[in-house]
Amino acid sequence: MNTKAQKEPLIHLTKRGAMPVYKAMIIRALAVVLALIVCAVITGLTTGIDPIAVYTSIISGAFGTARKTWITLQDVSILLTISLALTLAFRMRFWNIGGEGQVLMGGLGAAACMICIGDRLPAPVLILLMLISSLTLGALWGLIPAVCKAVWNTNETLSTLMMNYIATQIVLFFTILWEVPKGSGKIGIINQDSHAGWLPQIFGSKYLLPIIIATAITVFVYIYIKYTKHGYEIRVVGESPRTSIYVGINVKKVIIRTMIVSGAICGLVGLILVGGINHTLTATISDGRGFTAVLVSWMAQFNPFAMILTSFVIVFMDRGAGEIATQFDLNQSFGDILTGIILFFIIGCEFFINYQIRLRKKGHREA
Amino acid sequence: MLGFLAFIPRAVAQGIPLLFGCTGEIVTEKSGNLNLGLPGVMYVGAISGVIGSFFYENSVGTGDVNTALAILIPLLCSMAGSLVMGLIYSFLVVTLRANQNVTGLAMTTFGVGFGNFFGGSLIKLYKADIPSISLSKTSACFRMQLPFADDLGVIGQLIFSYGFLAYTAIIIAIVVAYVLKKTRVGLNLRAVGENPATADAAGINVSKYKYISTCIGCVIAGLGGLYYVMDYACGIWSNDAFGDRGWLAIALVIFTLWKSDLGIFASILFGGLYILHLYIPTGMEHMELKELYKMIPYVVTMIVLIFTSMRNRREDQPPQSLGLNYFREER
Repeated sequence: MNTKAQKEPLIHLTKRGAMPVYKAMIIRALAVVLALIVCAVITGLTTGIDPIAVYTSIISGAFGTARKTWITLQDVSILLTISLALTLAFRMRFWNIGGEGQVLMGGLGAAACMICIGDRLPAPVLILLMLISSLTLGALWGLIPAVCKAVWNTNETLSTLMMNYIATQIVLFFTILWEVPKGSGKIGIINQDSHAGWLPQIFGSKYLLPIIIATAITVFVYIYIKYTKHGYEIRVVGESPRTSIYVGINVKKVIIRTMIVSGAICGLVGLILVGGINHTLTATISDGRGFTAVLVSWMAQFNPFAMILTSFVIVFMDRGAGEIATQFDLNQSFGDILTGIILFFIIGCEFFINYQIRLRKKGHREA
Repeated sequence: MLGFLAFIPRAVAQGIPLLFGCTGEIVTEKSGNLNLGLPGVMYVGAISGVIGSFFYENSVGTGDVNTALAILIPLLCSMAGSLVMGLIYSFLVVTLRANQNVTGLAMTTFGVGFGNFFGGSLIKLYKADIPSISLSKTSACFRMQLPFADDLGVIGQLIFSYGFLAYTAIIIAIVVAYVLKKTRVGLNLRAVGENPATADAAGINVSKYKYISTCIGCVIAGLGGLYYVMDYACGIWSNDAFGDRGWLAIALVIFTLWKSDLGIFASILFGGLYILHLYIPTGMEHMELKELYKMIPYVVTMIVLIFTSMRNRREDQPPQSLGLNYFREER
């Protein structure tokens, strides 16, 4: 029938077994180096600025002064905490890209307590109430898509995405409701005089609290996934839902429970952002970190400790970009371009870790 | 009544970028690729067109622009820009089998950054002596109306008062709906999106279909960005002005249940909801209510999403393999 001799294809792909960790790290490092070279070429071509100078200013932007270093670390811990929250969901293959909305709702919960009952309660009670309302609202925003997924199998990527914008509009609504002064469209610093509801400074440093919380949550998530029954169930649901039904795990319950935890941790970030760092509520308080966290978590292969490194890389680039912007009189967004290119390379290099490429051998053409 | 008549053309103008984005995303998603990079693609489509026409207008100086060139250059630049984005996405997702959500979000980071960077610093980089990017001449070409629009009164205003890209969007949406529903190519494409293994067994080149549909989808979506800058915004680029329309377009895909002909009306409806708050008298005391009106498109989409999964009708579902990559040897 088929008279044309079937040629073996030139490239043959097979899935690799587990690759030694050091080898995988070398491939990823190579990808980053390649990405930096490409970034340098693009920088030179489009702006005519010496790329080396750009890179040095990125470093000085992130670590130039003690204050800059602290802010970098604080940003890392915020991004890390959101990534950890999302990781819980990702481990059961639930694509929660609603971190943005969950953080916003958490922030709204905190701000609501500060504004409405801030002056009437003693600080510890107020902060406890803020904590409760942030966690509840964050958890609620994780719960809604989780219930839909568990009961009706609603596509969670799309539903969590929609929840983000619903949250944004709710926050905008309250921003205008609470705006000070009227007509400004901004809430401004909440309780500037009384400092009611401001999270306490630890050891006299306002940067330390998020860092401590992020560390605690890193350890918590690691232990929760690896050593607890809940974590085991999450992993089984993620690897194979059919197996989990077979062994008697209640998949619906696991999905709902995990998303409550995931949303609550995001809500906690909202509390830190509003009560500890910004002392105000805006619709952009999360600043796209709910989305960036997806990348951070995935790049770290959902490993909580590797996430420290990946969130650091992202924040480093972002902070550096601000410095480039001021030093070379460029636009802040240049950092996004560089981050995007680096991400493409890191995403692409996973292929070489997971798959093996075999070229067609010369002698075997007439098989 | 007069207010309502003025409302419709503005709703349409708001809806057209969404329609482009929605149609593009439908083409992409039908192949099983969930491209969350759509907002980035639309930014790149917009800025590529702006860059093209910026250089063209600068080279012409104060003289008159050639209408055909003023339209063709930005159009081709925009299509080329979004095509490159489509190729990046397809290469990473189809060839290298990277995670679709992650790749898409990286594309959005890159694309929005690309748009805002060049939009914000194009003038500085090329030392042009103008205060801001305002491509009024190109925009005039894009906004050209049919000559008899004004003579037809109300009907002319409602139906014939738009630039040519608006009609292009509607034609593309109809063509896409036809191709997906009635042709062999469309059937194959849907097969790839529903179950690539079966499609592969039937002799369909899965990778080729995924590549081509993703790239075509991106080019269509990019035109939405171009329409926004050149027609809606009168050729004036301002950073972040495009806003979250890219995400709204993705919402629209769900809302229309992956049917691009339905997208024509749905996008105008969403466009209307997007600006509804300008027309509802809220009074100065209750400015906050307008934010709740803006929430309606997303809430409606969420409800549609939940309802379709509840009813679980086969023809209303997302493509079955949406978000999953296909590797032939992994079965």
